[in-house]
Amino acid sequence: MIGQVRFLGAPKPGEGRRWVIAGPFIWFLIFFLVPFVVVAKISLSTAAVSIPPYVPLISWDDTATMSIALHFGNYHFLLTDPEYVIAYLSSLRNAAVTSLVTLVIGYPVAYLIATAKPSMRGPLLMLVIMPFWTSFLIRVYAWIGILKPNGLINNFLIWLGAISHPLDILNNQFSVYVGMVYAYLPFMVLPLYSCLEKMDHSLLEAASDLGAKPLRAFVSITLPLSIPGIIAGSLLVFIPAVGEYIIPTLLGGADTLTIGTVLWNEFFANRDWPVASTVAVALIILLVGPLMLLQHFQSKEDQ
Amino acid sequence: MAKKQCRRAAVFAFALAALSVTGAHAQQSALNIYNWNDYIAPETVPEFEKATGIKVTYDLYDANETLEAKLSAGGSGYDLVVPSLVPFAARQIQAGFYQPLNKAKLPNAVHLDKSLLARMAVYDKDNTYLIPWMTGVIGVAYNVDKIKQIMPDAPVDSLRMIFDPEVVSKFKDCGVYMIDSPTEVFPPALKTLGLNPDSQVIADLQKAADVHFKIRPYIRKYDSSEYINALANGDICVAWGYSSDIQIAKHRAIEAGKGVHIAFSIPKEGAQRYIDTMAIPKDAPHPEAALTFLNYIMQPEVIAKTSNKIYVQSGNADARQFVVPEVANDTGIFPTPEVEQTIYAISPSTPDVDRARTRYWTRVKTGH
Repeated sequence: MIGQVRFLGAPKPGEGRRWVIAGPFIWFLIFFLVPFVVVAKISLSTAAVSIPPYVPLISWDDTATMSIALHFGNYHFLLTDPEYVIAYLSSLRNAAVTSLVTLVIGYPVAYLIATAKPSMRGPLLMLVIMPFWTSFLIRVYAWIGILKPNGLINNFLIWLGAISHPLDILNNQFSVYVGMVYAYLPFMVLPLYSCLEKMDHSLLEAASDLGAKPLRAFVSITLPLSIPGIIAGSLLVFIPAVGEYIIPTLLGGADTLTIGTVLWNEFFANRDWPVASTVAVALIILLVGPLMLLQHFQSKEDQ
Repeated sequence: MAKKQCRRAAVFAFALAALSVTGAHAQQSALNIYNWNDYIAPETVPEFEKATGIKVTYDLYDANETLEAKLSAGGSGYDLVVPSLVPFAARQIQAGFYQPLNKAKLPNAVHLDKSLLARMAVYDKDNTYLIPWMTGVIGVAYNVDKIKQIMPDAPVDSLRMIFDPEVVSKFKDCGVYMIDSPTEVFPPALKTLGLNPDSQVIADLQKAADVHFKIRPYIRKYDSSEYINALANGDICVAWGYSSDIQIAKHRAIEAGKGVHIAFSIPKEGAQRYIDTMAIPKDAPHPEAALTFLNYIMQPEVIAKTSNKIYVQSGNADARQFVVPEVANDTGIFPTPEVEQTIYAISPSTPDVDRARTRYWTRVKTGH
């Protein structure tokens, strides 16, 4: 009872909190929702040769009558040509493979850092973050130098005598995976590390006191406790990886068809901003839909 | 207190921003140019700044599409841009991207190439909006020694070099690149079939796509910029590309001194000329300064420096006397009158034809 005594004039509890929470919402509103509405609006128009290059949705005639023309044909159009479906699927596949491989490589890395001596953790984390100090483009170009027919790997293998003809490891699906796993690995390692580092190690001691072998202890204690880290890391990798444009363009071959390539074609080669916007909106719906379902089930589980 | 100071600073910054906007309109001491990479002699801009006192901001792009997207959005802030004539500048004029040039401010226009201006007038009536910058043709680049080794009787002066599966298959392992630009790979395929290279019939485009399907297995990469270095390094043997790029590759190979010898040929069946032009966007903040620059670079001695530097024919007829003989006597750069007869141009297409062409091209590249 005593705890509920409140002085007159003091702010209600929760009011300050409400403002703090409002921050991210305002951010979300300005940098996601407003641009999304603009893009969605363009997707309901048709292309025109003008500045900007689409027909305005709202037009006024001489009698001050406002008419709104909404054109839904673009959404139907995406289904009529297999190009878009194939591009979506191959982008989803690229992102899924990237998430999986970064998880397999990133988990041991995060685990080793989290279990290293505290004085070593800082420098080790620094090594993970360090590549960010170099431009992303330069790092992708470096992979061209490493993978090309007379590049580092091929020259080394030829010098060793392991191969006589350069391996075909650039401008194909393999090099796209290499580049994407490389670029997104830190986004997997960091959330996994922060999750594993917070883990209560006395639980593992208890397990070993009770006779569990290290593998058993890992499977039944460490792994379940790190699931939030795995989910966070996978989402951080998967979502940007779906829309990745630069890596498939630079490291992929001519047959690499991704949603980024399709967007470029619609926007630049066909100058069809409405169809380009439709592709973008469809991508967001495809990505956000499953995420919201996931969120829904998770919050149900928590209850 | 702190809050008040903060507000004052904000008002001050706002006033300053407003001032700088009006200032930019009042005086024409600045000029924003947007041009292709590697497309001007390095001394031209500094010498212009010294001569006129106009401060130049010089930005670069590497694809017409990039330029067009910026101008489509409006408010690009550029005063002078360099679109390729067909199909880009041609349709941009129709869409109202540019402002008419004030010819009274351009007395040096008398030096321009009359026959080039006549070609341009087809798309730009009375040469109202455009000034020619550089021009070249699209043709075949090849590594002389490697081709001699693989196929001594290779038809280097013919489209067959790339568009005949029997010939191009021999160069597969050595490496073949093609520029990734639908408007510049369909005309030669049409020409190979004996069709009009400028055909706007979708069924013809499909036939041209079939030609590309047949040679697809032998092409290592479709890319519009990497082939310069790939040729110069000796990584590839044959490329379909822009004469200006291939000249750069040829000279880079000579500078590297590794014995790579690159040659360029204009296919005897006919080749496509590209003309890059200068234009002033409608909403340019400094149109007067842009005109000053245009008049400056139309001096034959000035534009000849760029020709010498990048090994390209400029749109300035009187500049040829100032071009070094090594460039002026290269028939790949300045074709002979007989070859000039075979050179064709293509027209802007309707959105439907554009979409069909892009779609076929994606199918050629990806198989989907």
